[in-house]
Amino acid sequence: MSTEKPREKIFSRRAAMLTGGQLVLFAGLGARMYYLQVVQSDRYRTLAEENRINLRLLAPPRGYITDRFGAPMAINVQNYRIVIIREQIDDVDATLARLESLLEPGSFDHDRVLRDIKRRRAFVPVTVRENLSWNEVSRLEVNAPNLPGVSIDVGLSRYYPQGEVASHVMGYVAAVSEKDLTGDPVLELPGFRIGKRGIERYFDSALRGKAGNSQVEVNAFGRVIRELRRDEGQPGSEIALTIDSELQTIVSDRLAEEHSAAAVIMDAHNGDILSMVSSPGFNPNAFSEGLSGDEWRKLVRDPYVPLTNKAIAGQYPPGSTYKIVVALAALEAGIDPDHRVFCRGFTKLGNRQFHCWKKHGHGHVDIRDAIRESCDVYFYDVALKLGVDRIAEMAKRMGLGERFEFELSEEKSGLIPTKAWKRAVYGQPWHKGETLIAAIGQGFVLATPLQLAVMTARLVNGGKAVKPRLIATPPLESSEVDIPVNSPFADIGVSASARQIVMEALDQVVNHQRGTARKSRIKDPAMAMGGKTGTSQVRRISMAEREGGVRKNAEKPWRERDHALFVGYAPVNAPQYVVSVIVEHGGGGSTSAAPIASVLLEEAQRRNSGRRGEAGRLAETGKPAKASPL
Amino acid sequence: MKSIDRNMPNLTLSRKLWQMNWSLILLILLVASIGFAMLYSAANGNMRPWASAQMMRFGVGFVIMIGIALVDIRIWLRYAYVIYGLTLVLLLGVEFAGVIKGGAKRWIELGFFRIQPSEFIKIALVLALARYFHRLNVEEISRPTVLIAPLLLVGVPFALVLRQPDLGTGLLILMGGGAVFFAAGVRLWKFALVVVAGAIAVPVGWTFLHGYQKERILTFLTPERDPLGAGYHILQSKIALGSGGMFGRGFMGGTQSHLSFLPEKQTDFIFTMLAEEFGLVGGLGLLGLYTLLCLYGVAIALRSSNHFGRLVAIGVTFTFFLFVFINIAMVMGLLPVVGLPLPLISYGGTAMLTVMAGFGLVICVYIHRDIRIARNGEGL
Repeated sequence: MSTEKPREKIFSRRAAMLTGGQLVLFAGLGARMYYLQVVQSDRYRTLAEENRINLRLLAPPRGYITDRFGAPMAINVQNYRIVIIREQIDDVDATLARLESLLEPGSFDHDRVLRDIKRRRAFVPVTVRENLSWNEVSRLEVNAPNLPGVSIDVGLSRYYPQGEVASHVMGYVAAVSEKDLTGDPVLELPGFRIGKRGIERYFDSALRGKAGNSQVEVNAFGRVIRELRRDEGQPGSEIALTIDSELQTIVSDRLAEEHSAAAVIMDAHNGDILSMVSSPGFNPNAFSEGLSGDEWRKLVRDPYVPLTNKAIAGQYPPGSTYKIVVALAALEAGIDPDHRVFCRGFTKLGNRQFHCWKKHGHGHVDIRDAIRESCDVYFYDVALKLGVDRIAEMAKRMGLGERFEFELSEEKSGLIPTKAWKRAVYGQPWHKGETLIAAIGQGFVLATPLQLAVMTARLVNGGKAVKPRLIATPPLESSEVDIPVNSPFADIGVSASARQIVMEALDQVVNHQRGTARKSRIKDPAMAMGGKTGTSQVRRISMAEREGGVRKNAEKPWRERDHALFVGYAPVNAPQYVVSVIVEHGGGGSTSAAPIASVLLEEAQRRNSGRRGEAGRLAETGKPAKASPL
Repeated sequence: MKSIDRNMPNLTLSRKLWQMNWSLILLILLVASIGFAMLYSAANGNMRPWASAQMMRFGVGFVIMIGIALVDIRIWLRYAYVIYGLTLVLLLGVEFAGVIKGGAKRWIELGFFRIQPSEFIKIALVLALARYFHRLNVEEISRPTVLIAPLLLVGVPFALVLRQPDLGTGLLILMGGGAVFFAAGVRLWKFALVVVAGAIAVPVGWTFLHGYQKERILTFLTPERDPLGAGYHILQSKIALGSGGMFGRGFMGGTQSHLSFLPEKQTDFIFTMLAEEFGLVGGLGLLGLYTLLCLYGVAIALRSSNHFGRLVAIGVTFTFFLFVFINIAMVMGLLPVVGLPLPLISYGGTAMLTVMAGFGLVICVYIHRDIRIARNGEGL
C-alpha cells in the first residue's frame, strides 16, 4: 500500500491533466467548426454552389433570312447526327462495325471516332457522323434495340433553299475560327456557326440572337446530374432582304449560260436590289455542313472565281457605258448638244492615233448620235475640251469610284482617275492621251457592275443620289446599322435637260434603227428599255494587230476576249428598274450583255416586284406610284 | 493486501456480465450507428457497398470487444509482452511481405483477409507499457535508466511504421505511448527534454521524409498553393464543412459529398460529410459523444484499483482521443492530411477491430476494477 498510494495520486493528477488537455483540444475543434460553419458559412456555401452548378450555354436558333416577299432564303433545318456514349457500350468495335454496316461505307472516320472516344470521358457523347439522311435515320431507328449507347441527336444547321442562286448575297456560315472569338461564350460552343460572308456576316450579331443557358448540377468529374434552371435565350432576328428570290433565280439561270458573268437589278428610286447575281456561284449549304479541304481548294482554284461576288468586287473597265458620265459632264460644262464632230475612224493627238471602234468612221455626229452609235471619236473630242478632272467629278456624282458602304463589305471602290490621283500614285503628270482613253471607259477607269447600275439609276430617277440597299426591314436589334429607310436622297445636281438628252440617246441605243443594242430591244412598248452597251478591252490592241486586221472576239482564247457590258433601265417612259450586266470576256456588249439585260428587265417589269407590297414605302420616298405598265 | 488478491475468487461469467459498463457499450453502439447512417448516405442511400459491410465488421468487433472484456485482466497483464511481441512480428512481416497499396506498404495478407498490423500495435503498445510501468514504484520511475526499455517499446514500432511510410500512425504511436509515460508519472522535465530534442530533430527528420509526406505538410501549411492537386482535399473539405452551416443540408443532401467533390468521403473525410449534412449541430453533437466516451475511459481508469488497469484504460482512451482529434482537425484544415480514420465511423476493418479491442480492454478494466494486483505480478 505504501507504494500504491503515491502512485495512484500521481496517476490521478496526470490523468486529470490529460483529460483537461483533451477537453481543451476538443473545445478548439468546436471553435474551428463554429468558425467554418457559422462565421464563414456564406463564403463556403457560395464556393460549394460554384462547384456544383455549371452554366451550359444553349445556342440560339439563327434568324431566318427572307426575300422581299417573305420567301425563305436562309433557314435552319434539323440536322440528325449519331452520337455514342462510351459507358453505355460493351464493345465499341462491334458497335462501330454494326454502324458501318448500316450506313454507307466510308461515311465516317473510324479512327477519328476511336480517338475522340479515348480522349473524352466515358459519359460524354461522341459524334460519329452528322447530316444523316432520312434513310439512314430510319435504318438506325429500326436497329436501335441492337445498338445500345448509340443515339440520334438533333441539331440545327443552316440551309439555303435556293442553293447557289443567291450565294454571294447570302454569304455562308461556317465554324468559328480562332480570330472570330470575341469573348462571347456562345462562340465557343462545339459546332456553333457564324456568318462568314455576305448578309450572314454583316448581320451576324442580329441573326445570332442571344444564347440561352441551362444551369445544371454536375459532379466532380463534370457529369451532369440534373438540370436546375433553364433560360431559352432569344432566337436571332428575322431579316427580310430587298431581293426577289424568284427574279434572282431567273437571273442566275440566265447567267449560268455564260462562263463568268454578273448582273444587278435595282429599283432606280429607292435603291432596293431586286437581284444580284455573280456567276458561277457556290453552294453555301456545303459550308454549313463543313467543307472538305479538297472542295475548298477546288473553289479557290476555279478560274471563274466562284467565291468572289463579281457584282460588287469585280472591277472592270466600264468601256462605252462610261460615255454616259462623259456626256453628262460635257452637257453640264456647257457643250452645245448640237455640237457636231466629224468621225473618220480615228483622232490624231500629237503623233498618236486614237481609233474609233468603227474603222471607217461615223461621219458627222452630235451627242445623241455619238451615244446611240457609241462613237469614240466624238467623246475623244469632248473629253479633250473637258479635261479628265471634270469627267471624274461627274463620275463621283454618279456614284463611281467609291464604296457605297452598304450591307456587303466585300465591295470594291473601282477607280476614277484624276490628274492628282496619277501624280500621287505614279508620281507622273497626266497625259492628254490618257484623257481620251478614260473618255471611252478604258485605261485606268474601273467600275463594279453595281456602281454602273447606280450610275444608271441616278440618271433615270430624276437625278437623285440613290444608294443601293439589300435590307428592307432593318433588324430591330442592330443599332449599328442605320439605314435611312424613308429619307429622300440628295440631288446629284445635274440639270434635267442634260439628263433628258442622255436618256433620249439611251432610248435610241436600243430602240433606234441604228442603235448598238437594237437587236435586244423589248418589243412591248410599255416595257421598252433604254441603255448603253459597253465593250472593254482586256488588253491593248497593238499596231501590228490593227494593221493585220482586228481579230474577231470569237477567234481569240477566252481570256483575251473583251468584256461585254450593258447598263439599262425600263420602262423608258417612266423608269423604274435599272440593270447592269457584265459578261466576262463575253465579246461585245451589244451581242453578249444587251440580250441578257433585255431579258432581265422584261422579267423585272413582268414581276413588278418593286411595286408589289411595297407601295407604301415607294410613296414615302417621294416617288408617286405610277400606273402599272402591265 | 496481497492475501486479499490471492483470496479473491475469480469472477463468475454472469457476475462479469453484470459488472459490465452497459452505458459505455450503448454509447459505442450509438456512435457506430451514426457511422452506419453516414456510410448509407455516402453510397447515395444504399447499404452497399459500405454500410452493410461496416455493420458486419462492427458485429465481429462487438463480439471481440465483449470477449476481451470478459477475460480476466490478470491474463492480459501476463500476456501483455507476448501480445506486443506477436504484433511486432506482424509489423516486421509487413516490412518483408507487406502489400503495397496507395504508395505505402501497410498491409499484410493473411489468407482470406488483409490486416494492418500498425493499427493493432497501438493497443499492444499500451498493454506492454502498462505492464512495464505497473511494476515500478514512484522512486523507480524517477530513475532515468528504467525508461530505456519502454522507450525501446515505443521506438521500435515507431521506426517500423515510419518506414512503411505512415507518418500519422507513427505520431499516434509516439503520442499514445507518451500518454502512458505521462500517466505513469514520468517527470515533466523529461517530456520537455523530448520536445526540445524533437524540435532539433525535425529539420533533420525533414530530410528523411518522403516527397509525398513533405508535400502533405507543405500543403497543410498553405492549401491554396495547389488547389487542384494536393490542396484539393483540404479545400474541398473546408467548402463542404462550411457550406453545411448551422443545421446542415440535410441527410443525404450534401452536395459536396454526393457529387464527389469531397474525396474519401467514406473513410478519412466522413466527418466532413456529417458536418455538411447535419451542420454545426451535428458536428458538435458527435464531438460531444466522443467527449463522453473519453470521459468514460478516464473515469474507468480513475476507478480502477490496479495500476495496470489504470494505465491501460488511460492509454487506450488517449489513443482513441488522438484518433478523433487528429482526424477532425485534419478535415478542418488544422493539421496535415495524415490519413487517419475517424474511429467507429470511418469505413475500414482493421481500425474498427482495433478500436473495439481497445474498448474491450477498457471494459475489462471496469469489470475488474476492484481486483488489486501486486507490483511484482503476484496474485496472477
